Amino acid sequence: MKPYTIQLMICAGTGCVSNQSFEIKEVLEKEIKKHNLQNEAMVVTTGCNGFCGAGPIMVVQPDGIFYQYLKVTDIPYLVEEHLVKGRPVKKFMYVPPKEEIPIPRMNKIPFFSGQTLVALRNRGMIDPEFIEDYIARGGYRALAKVLTTMSPDEVLKEIKKSGLRGRGGGGFPTGVKWETCKKIPGDRKFVICNADEGDPGAFMDRSIIEGDPHSVIEGMIIGAYAIENVREGYIYVRMEYPLAIKRFNIAVQQAKDNGLLGDNIFDTNFCFDIKVRRGAGAFVCGESTALMASIMGNPGEPRAKYIHTVEKGLYDCPTCLNNVETWANIPQIVLKGADWFTGIGTGDVTHDPWGGSKGTKVFSLAGKVNNTGLVEVPMGITLREIVFNVGGGIRDGKRFKAVQTGGPSGGFIPESLVDLPVDYDELTKVGSMMGSGGMVVLDENNCMVDMAKFFLRFTQDESCGKCVPCREGTKRMYDILYRITKGEGKEEDLDLLEELSNMIVESSLCALGGSAPNPVLTSLKYFREEYLTHVRDKKCPAKVCRELLTFSIDPEKCLENGHGCGVCEKNCPDGAIYGEKKNVHFIDSMKCGKCGVCFDVCKFGAITVE
Amino acid sequence: MAKLKIEDLEKITEEFKRKMTLREGAGRVKITVHLGTCGIAAGARKIMNSFMEEIEKSKATDIIMTTSGCAGLCSREPMATVEVIGNAPIKYVDLTIDKVKIIFDKHVMKGAFVQEYALSVGSEKIQ
Repeated sequence: MKPYTIQLMICAGTGCVSNQSFEIKEVLEKEIKKHNLQNEAMVVTTGCNGFCGAGPIMVVQPDGIFYQYLKVTDIPYLVEEHLVKGRPVKKFMYVPPKEEIPIPRMNKIPFFSGQTLVALRNRGMIDPEFIEDYIARGGYRALAKVLTTMSPDEVLKEIKKSGLRGRGGGGFPTGVKWETCKKIPGDRKFVICNADEGDPGAFMDRSIIEGDPHSVIEGMIIGAYAIENVREGYIYVRMEYPLAIKRFNIAVQQAKDNGLLGDNIFDTNFCFDIKVRRGAGAFVCGESTALMASIMGNPGEPRAKYIHTVEKGLYDCPTCLNNVETWANIPQIVLKGADWFTGIGTGDVTHDPWGGSKGTKVFSLAGKVNNTGLVEVPMGITLREIVFNVGGGIRDGKRFKAVQTGGPSGGFIPESLVDLPVDYDELTKVGSMMGSGGMVVLDENNCMVDMAKFFLRFTQDESCGKCVPCREGTKRMYDILYRITKGEGKEEDLDLLEELSNMIVESSLCALGGSAPNPVLTSLKYFREEYLTHVRDKKCPAKVCRELLTFSIDPEKCLENGHGCGVCEKNCPDGAIYGEKKNVHFIDSMKCGKCGVCFDVCKFGAITVE
Repeated sequence: MAKLKIEDLEKITEEFKRKMTLREGAGRVKITVHLGTCGIAAGARKIMNSFMEEIEKSKATDIIMTTSGCAGLCSREPMATVEVIGNAPIKYVDLTIDKVKIIFDKHVMKGAFVQEYALSVGSEKIQ
C-alpha cells in the first residue's frame, strides 16, 4: 500500500450519481494528476452518505472536511485550494439554516452527529465494490466467529436475546422467526433477503445495498448457519434499483471468488450460496408470499397465510425472509454481543421478545425539513429530535404540522405528539407504524385530506386485485376523498370512510389492504376539523385543494403597486380576468378555472387566495 | 482466486490498515507537513517524503500523514506538526532530513518530543 496523505471520499449513491458524482471523480483524478499529486491523494467512491439533498457530497480525510453541492466546474479550484495550497474551501461547506458560518467537519454537523450507526456503520468509509475494504473494517469476522466458535443454537440464542425485530415494517422478532423456521422439519430450507423496497420516498435498503452489500450477505450466511439445512439463499431486489443490483452482483461474485459463499466456507463443512433475483416493480411483491411467488416465476400475488412461509414458503419449503436492514444488523450483533445491542433502544426484551424495540432504525427523512436524507437513530429517540435536531427544523420557517411515518401503510402523527418516542409499539399505539422507515414531514402548507388521497391513490393503484376488500374498497375510499377535495363532500362521508376503512383492515388478504386505510384513519382522528372545513365550508385551510379556493384581486394592491399592469389578464387561460389598462382588474369567479397562473405571474402580490 | 482462510482476514486488514486509519482519521499519531508555497519552496516536499519513508521503514500502520497549508511562519519553513493523539500538538521548524529521522524516532515512535527543534507546544485556537 502506498502511504497516501489524503483520501477524497466521493459519494456514489444513486442520489449523488444522478448529480454527476462519477464525472466529478474523473475530473478530480485528472486535476490531481495535473498537479502531480497522484501519490499523495487517493479518490475513493463510497456508498450513500445519507445527506442526499445536498449532493454530490465529498468528504476529505483524515480531517473529515465535508463538501456539498459540488459541480464538475468547481473541482479544479477545489483541488488547487485544498490539495495544493492546503486551504479547505469554505464556499462548498455546510452552513446551518439561518446561520452564516460554515461547519467544516462532517462529525460536527448536527445531521451526522445526532446519529448512531449500526446498519450504516461503513457508510462513506468503504468502497462498496471492494471486498477488501469491507474486510479491513472488520467484515466477515462475525462469520468466522460463528463458524469456528459457536454452534447454530448458540447463534440463534444470541439473536433472540438481542431483541432484534424485523426492520421491514412488521417488527416481528427476528430470533423467533429463525427459531420457528429451524424447528420445522425439512432438509431443504431457504433464506431470502427482501430488497423490494416499494414505499414511495423510502430508500433505506437501497442505500445499505449500495453502500455496504457485504454486510447483508454476511448476515444471510450467518442466518443460514443458525437455521440449519439452508444451502440456498435469494436476494430479491426491485428492478428500479440498477445500481443496487450491480453492487449486489459484484459483492456476491467477490464472496464466491473468495470462498465465502459456496462449499466448505472457511474449511468447515458448512455450504451456502446466494442468487440475486430482480423484481419487476410491483409494490405487492414486497409482501412475503407474493415475493416468493415472484421468485418461483409465478405472478406476484399474495396468498392467505393460514400456513406461514416459515413452514411452507419458497418451493413449499420452510423459508426465512428478512429485510435488508435486519440482515445488515446481524454481523454486528454477533461480533459485539446481544448485551451491547439491548443497551440501545427501549423496553425490556429479556422475557418477552415483543417487550421493546432494540438497536437503531434507519429512516429516510423527507418532506419539509431542512436536512433531507438518510438517518440512523437509536430506537426511542423522540420525533422532535429527528425533525428539529437531525432534520434541522422546518424549511422556510414554516409551522410544523405532522409527520407521516411508515409510507403508504403508515399514518400521520400530529404536532401535539412530537415528543413521542419512536419505536414499534409507540407508533402503533398512535395509529401509525414503523413501516420500513419512511418519514415525511409536513408543514402548514400541506392539506391532510390531499395527503391521505395521495397515499390512497398509490395503494389502490398497487393493489394486486386478488381480494375484493382491497381492490374495491380502496378504490371507493379514493373516490370519496377525491369528491371531498373537489368540494362535493358530505358530512356523512367521514363516517362512511371510517366504516370502509375498518372493513378493509379486517377482511383484506394481506398487509397491503390491512394497512392501506391507515393514512385516512389517522388523519380523520387527528385532523377531523380539517375534513369538516372541506365538507361544510367547502374550503381548504392549507390552500392546496384548488377546487375549493377562490381567487380574487386586491384592488388597492392592483392599482397602487401594479398600476393595473394587466399581466394576469394576458396569462389567464380561461379569459376570466377583466379590466382596463391602468385600472383595477377583476376575476369572474364563474369562469375562473382555479389554475393559479394569475397568482404566479402577479409581481405585486395583488392576487389573494382563500 | 484462492479461497480465504480465517487468517487471511487479518492479513487483508493489516495490508489495508494504513488506508483505513487515514480514512477514519483515527491513528495514534498525526503528522502534518505544512505545504504552503513558502513551505514547498523551502523543501517541504522532501521533508514529507522522508517522513513517508520513515513510516514505510517502521511498518507502523497507526500513523496518519497529511498535509496542510502555510502555518503563517514562512521564515521558519519547512515546518511540521506532530500530534500524538491525546497530547498537545508540537510544531517543529527549520526541518532537515536528519532532523526528521530524529523526530520520527523519538517523538512519533517513542512519544517524547524533541525540545531543541520545537517551536511551540499547542496550536492556535480555531474560531
